[in-house]
Amino acid sequence: MLRINCPFCGTRDHTEFNYGGDATLTRPDQSNTDMVTWVDYVFMRNNPKGPHQEYWQHVQGCRSWVKVSRDTLTHEITDVTFAKDIAQNISGSTKPVGGANQ
Amino acid sequence: MPHFCGIRSSSNIASGYINVWAINNLVNKMTKYSALQLLKNALGGHQDWGRAWRDPEPKASYDAIIVGGGGHGLATAYYLAKEHGITNVAVLEKGYLGGGNTGRNTTIIRSNYMIDGNTDFYEWSMKLWEGLSADLNFNVMFSQRGQYNLCHTPAQLDAARRRGNIMRLNGIDAEILSREEVRRNLPYLDYSENARFPIYGALLQPRAGTARHDAVAWGYARGADQRGVDIIQKCEVLDYIWQGATIVGVRTNRGEIRAPKVAIAVAGHTGQMARMAGIKLPIESHVLQAFVTEPLKPLVNTVISYGAAHFYISQSDKGGLVLGGDLDGYNSYAQRGNGPIIEHTMASALALMPSLARVRMLRHWGGIMDMTMDGSPFICKSPVDGFYIDGGWCYGGFKATPASGWCFAHTIAQDRPHKLNEKMVVERFSNGYQMDEKGGGPTPNIH
Repeated sequence: MLRINCPFCGTRDHTEFNYGGDATLTRPDQSNTDMVTWVDYVFMRNNPKGPHQEYWQHVQGCRSWVKVSRDTLTHEITDVTFAKDIAQNISGSTKPVGGANQ
Repeated sequence: MPHFCGIRSSSNIASGYINVWAINNLVNKMTKYSALQLLKNALGGHQDWGRAWRDPEPKASYDAIIVGGGGHGLATAYYLAKEHGITNVAVLEKGYLGGGNTGRNTTIIRSNYMIDGNTDFYEWSMKLWEGLSADLNFNVMFSQRGQYNLCHTPAQLDAARRRGNIMRLNGIDAEILSREEVRRNLPYLDYSENARFPIYGALLQPRAGTARHDAVAWGYARGADQRGVDIIQKCEVLDYIWQGATIVGVRTNRGEIRAPKVAIAVAGHTGQMARMAGIKLPIESHVLQAFVTEPLKPLVNTVISYGAAHFYISQSDKGGLVLGGDLDGYNSYAQRGNGPIIEHTMASALALMPSLARVRMLRHWGGIMDMTMDGSPFICKSPVDGFYIDGGWCYGGFKATPASGWCFAHTIAQDRPHKLNEKMVVERFSNGYQMDEKGGGPTPNIH
């Protein structure tokens, strides 16, 4: 059992979460029409053997999206942060990153 | 190549047998397996079989290098030699051959795929399976005991009918069975009033079945080796050797080896080996667990895939029930899974066959699945000259072993795909031609 330390709920079993995949990706702006950029974002993955940044959503808890730093070889989790905090740091505001509701 | 090792005499053996034995000693030790060989060796205490494949030192160069000594890599080497006359080939395996997913799968063989680009490919693999033991002179224990895809709702049975019709239109055997027919054939499933997911019917492929996974690796290894292929184990590729933008060889823990053609067949490590060549792939590597029970008397005489959960079960010839189910669901190279999936798999097993409640699990292990963004594989050239990719098999690569080797050998030898693998290219994601059997979209862990 992976144990994920949700910043809001505390340490919980990974079965309380849904896996969200690679968290290093930045969704292209909706206005971007370059197919190479979109194919890269939607399909291509680094898939590292070792440290990995990934999303999980705490669906059976607070329903927050968290970004987890986990090693894909040892499964050791070294960090869990609200994804929202990272998005705010990137955009410098509380606006949601990407999406149509701007 | 004759190998003379002298004539062994034994006073325990009748003179008639000594003559035949002596002649045999003059012939290549790696001789054809046969009932006569078995008898001769039995009489001699099995002292004289000889290695099934050599253990050569790697040469400085070859005509082609295959990275990955699993079923696919070994089959590729075999067909390169047999079909294309390319024998100056090295298969490099970082561990021991067949020690990856080839030794870890649940041995199911079927050709019931419905997406164009998959259907014919897997049926070609089935046809190769049907002649494989004879072709390899090695018993891979291919048993066409059938495979049932159980259905639990009318809608599911409709979908099964569609799949069955696609199979039949492609000349592949498929039957739709009613609940009563399934019950007649598989009386040990749960048909009670209490069944969690009642069985509504099934799609059956009679020619599907199982094989002994290790034997497939060994058979292809021996066959390739007999044709001159060097199988180099404990040889890990650390980097590629470049000449401009072309890969011209590999740097390994056993030295540098050059070849104008370098091909990877490394399953869960496909992303890693491609990345080393500067290529990013639509793959996430995930862990899949599998289980075998204590040996039981014959019970499950076919392959059963549950329709209410992702779960499948069959019985090996040693008597253990071989079963498996869902991925754990998160990226992993650990080759070991977690408790929740063990519980989930066992729950599925008991929902299907309540009589398993007191059967003990004997062994449990995991592998690395190269899950693609549409659940379908790659057998293709790459953007890098002289570099070829066979991977993305998700958890369904074992049944594909013969056709994968056959098509990959063609692709490498002729530097272009065969018709059977021409759709299995990475470009399908750019072109919008994903081969998505499940219809699940770009979420690797649900395929």
